[in-house]
Amino acid sequence: MSEAKSLIFEMSQPGRTAYSLPESDVPEVDVSGVLPEEMIRTSPAELPEVSELDLIRHYTELSRRNHGIDNGFYPLGSCTMKYNPKINEDVARYPGFAHIHPYQPEETVQGALQLMYELQKDLAAITGMDRVTLQPAAGAQGEWTGLMMIKAYHESRGDTKRYKVIVPDSAHGTNPASATVAGFEAVTVQSNEKGLVSVEDLKQVVGEDTAALMLTNPNTLGLFEQEIKEIADIVHQAGGLLYYDGANANAILGKSRPGDMGFDVVHLNLHKTFTTPHGGGGPGSGPVGVKDVLVPFLPAPVVEKGDQGYFFSYDFPKSIGRVKGFHGNFGMLVRAYTYIRTMGPDGLRRVSEDAVLNANYLMKRLEPYFDVPYPEVCKHEFVLSGNRQKKEGVRTLDMAKRLLDFGIHPPTVYFPLIIEECMMIEPTETESKETLDRFIEAMIQIAKEAKESPEIIQEAPHNTQVSRLDEVTAARKPIVRWHKN
Amino acid sequence: MNFRYLPMTESDRREMLQVLGRDSVDQLFEDIPENLRFKGRLNIPEGMSEPVLTRHMKRLAGKNASFDQYTSFLGAGAYEHYIPSVVNHVISRSEFYTAYTPYQPEISQGELQAIFEFQSMICELTGMEVANSSMYDGVTALAEAAGVASAVSRKKKILVSRTVHPEARFILNTQAKGLGLDVQEIPCRDGVTDIDALKAASDADTAAVIVQSPNFLGNVEDLKQIEPIAHTHKGLLIVSANPISLGVLKPPGEYGADIVVGDAQPMGIPVQFGGPHCGFFAVTKKLMRKVPGRIVGQTQDENGVRGFVLTLQAREQHIRREKATSNICSNQALNALATSVWMIALGKKGIQELAKLNLNKAHYAKERLSRISGVQPLFNHPFFNEFALQLNRPVSQVNRKLFDRGIIGGYGLEQDYPEWKHSMLIAVTDMRTKEEIDELARVLEGLV
Repeated sequence: MSEAKSLIFEMSQPGRTAYSLPESDVPEVDVSGVLPEEMIRTSPAELPEVSELDLIRHYTELSRRNHGIDNGFYPLGSCTMKYNPKINEDVARYPGFAHIHPYQPEETVQGALQLMYELQKDLAAITGMDRVTLQPAAGAQGEWTGLMMIKAYHESRGDTKRYKVIVPDSAHGTNPASATVAGFEAVTVQSNEKGLVSVEDLKQVVGEDTAALMLTNPNTLGLFEQEIKEIADIVHQAGGLLYYDGANANAILGKSRPGDMGFDVVHLNLHKTFTTPHGGGGPGSGPVGVKDVLVPFLPAPVVEKGDQGYFFSYDFPKSIGRVKGFHGNFGMLVRAYTYIRTMGPDGLRRVSEDAVLNANYLMKRLEPYFDVPYPEVCKHEFVLSGNRQKKEGVRTLDMAKRLLDFGIHPPTVYFPLIIEECMMIEPTETESKETLDRFIEAMIQIAKEAKESPEIIQEAPHNTQVSRLDEVTAARKPIVRWHKN
Repeated sequence: MNFRYLPMTESDRREMLQVLGRDSVDQLFEDIPENLRFKGRLNIPEGMSEPVLTRHMKRLAGKNASFDQYTSFLGAGAYEHYIPSVVNHVISRSEFYTAYTPYQPEISQGELQAIFEFQSMICELTGMEVANSSMYDGVTALAEAAGVASAVSRKKKILVSRTVHPEARFILNTQAKGLGLDVQEIPCRDGVTDIDALKAASDADTAAVIVQSPNFLGNVEDLKQIEPIAHTHKGLLIVSANPISLGVLKPPGEYGADIVVGDAQPMGIPVQFGGPHCGFFAVTKKLMRKVPGRIVGQTQDENGVRGFVLTLQAREQHIRREKATSNICSNQALNALATSVWMIALGKKGIQELAKLNLNKAHYAKERLSRISGVQPLFNHPFFNEFALQLNRPVSQVNRKLFDRGIIGGYGLEQDYPEWKHSMLIAVTDMRTKEEIDELARVLEGLV
């Protein structure tokens, strides 16, 4: 049954406080003595006034209205919603990591620099690249960083006519958007009937104006681009470079490396593959690895090791410049480093093996009940189509909402765009067989309901704190903030 | 070695492979061409058990000089302030931190409402009508604001004051190369934006004027004079602000700013070597549909009950793809949550009291340190909690000595502003005591 939760503003009572500040131990300044009258704030910000317990109960109630990985299964395709280890959270809060300043002299932050240096090396080894920058704050920023380096590379060679970035029709939305923001024109290459990049179409699209091809491998359908070597050759022969979108790197740790596939630039999402929490939308972290040809263009600084210890090197004469304040999302780097040190080479390899086994198991078990566009073998994720259920009047959106009644976060839906009524399912390696079996049972029940009693699905969800929300009105008559009165 | 995050047993594996009609997991990787299969072991260190790892991480952390051991006067865009205990407790609730972007509103009302409240409080603080759910940090938010101004005005020229944070200007320049913006720097005079130079540079081609207040040098800019210069030629006024200063300073919205950006880090987010922090992005109602990133809106469910959803998504990359004006997807939601908790804990009264405390301490420190012979204030402008001093020897040299006495000194301005040799930017927040300020003065007296 639906019930509203009051806003914190509605709980506010003048005079209540949840803070504790010391008395001033220095002389009080007269505000109008040190600031011109017209610079002084006259109407205070209407921040809530509540007690500490009010605050805690408010957020405890809000947290009960939120589903995270710790609450239950979260097979959101391409997002790699795996377990977020607790030790990572503890370590990132050590004062030696949490309470240090980015402008402290290098000799006073050697531990932080060592961590960054080793993480750069680890990520280079994992991806098969030569050097890594840890600056980008998220995957999309990594994409933009990589594309800006590619732009600078072409320009440094006097090759100024390359203004096109090729992206597959199955690509993440950030790929074409990053291309635009980096000043390129995004052009699409079609997928073939196998769900892979059409080499024939690529040959048509590629040319002297090609700056780069952006590719996710395995792609967003969960399929490994088997012709990647040929694709790389085509692009390279045309003078373009290859960009690897690391959103799906969880499938290939220790199994295959983008650097060996012919990619020149790679970004990784530490919040996907390397267990840093998604935080309700962020912060993420999107390190970028490059081959030697692009090293001079890296955003400075990069951490290096010298006789006197670790230091920030700004010696990148053709650097594209800074992409992010300070040294990237350092707190996320600490967590990812902790995870990599927990797993080691054998652990990371098993991560991908188990992730792939889980995905194939789910796909196989669900095949009798749903349309499976590419039933052969998948990597860490796969797609289903709800077309069969649509004929019964049940849409993929309805089935997603029905899953909520089982305490399961739905898969990514309606993406990639090339699959009708798409459900993109990524179980990850941290889920047990029992959890997978429960998900399978729920999906089978939903498939049955679609035939026998579709209204149960159409009217779902039934057990959540609110029912379906009116998104149309929200967009047409936006209310995006609280107002007093 | 066992792996505590991997639950699959040998018998699970056998059963699952049997369902698949396969003999081994390797067969599931046969779609990778033979010559692309990685044969060796990754060249990274071996895995560690939890106790060994804990010791290793403590040792690494121990090689850093933290604020817990040293008294810091370093600011320059990242500040140590009071963080109530409740902040960490709330953001440690894993219902929040292990969730992703709230795509399924029926099971994400907690996060959505928390963001709606964040947006509302950022609007209150900045004096704006619309705020998004967060950006990577303040300096990238500033570069994104320039992109919005260019898209809205269909003009390319961006005037940015040289008193804006140097890293923000670096990033703006990187961004400009992608968007084809023409960025021009406006010089500073006496530590604030040179109004005459700004007037002279501003013309019909100007998409935006960007200033920071209090600026990188600590000085409060004269927004009343700057606003008409930006608007005369139908450009936008973009102001980057320190949010805590808005407890006492008139908010940019009241001066007519079109976009207000900044970093919420001072409000409940540890400095943590520079990130993750949390950019905020607030605009006028008119610009609502041009804002980058996620926005949460209020609506109703089928039973008429109030609820919240991600809204105005037609702006975003996953819908617009190559037509999007920003590529941001992940943001800094968990830090926005930390900031929300902080703003609520401080509340209407606390933010004013805290801002006043900063004002008191910084003014005391400036007066006290300026009495030292060999030390002079560099500027004589209204300021908030940061100010610049001119010393009679190199800042790095002074800082080394200070460090030996347990003090992390200020920021050397010379690296970004060569004209100010031996100049140090000093931040004095609510965390510094009179005793610590006096100690800094005593140590400095012996050095200069």
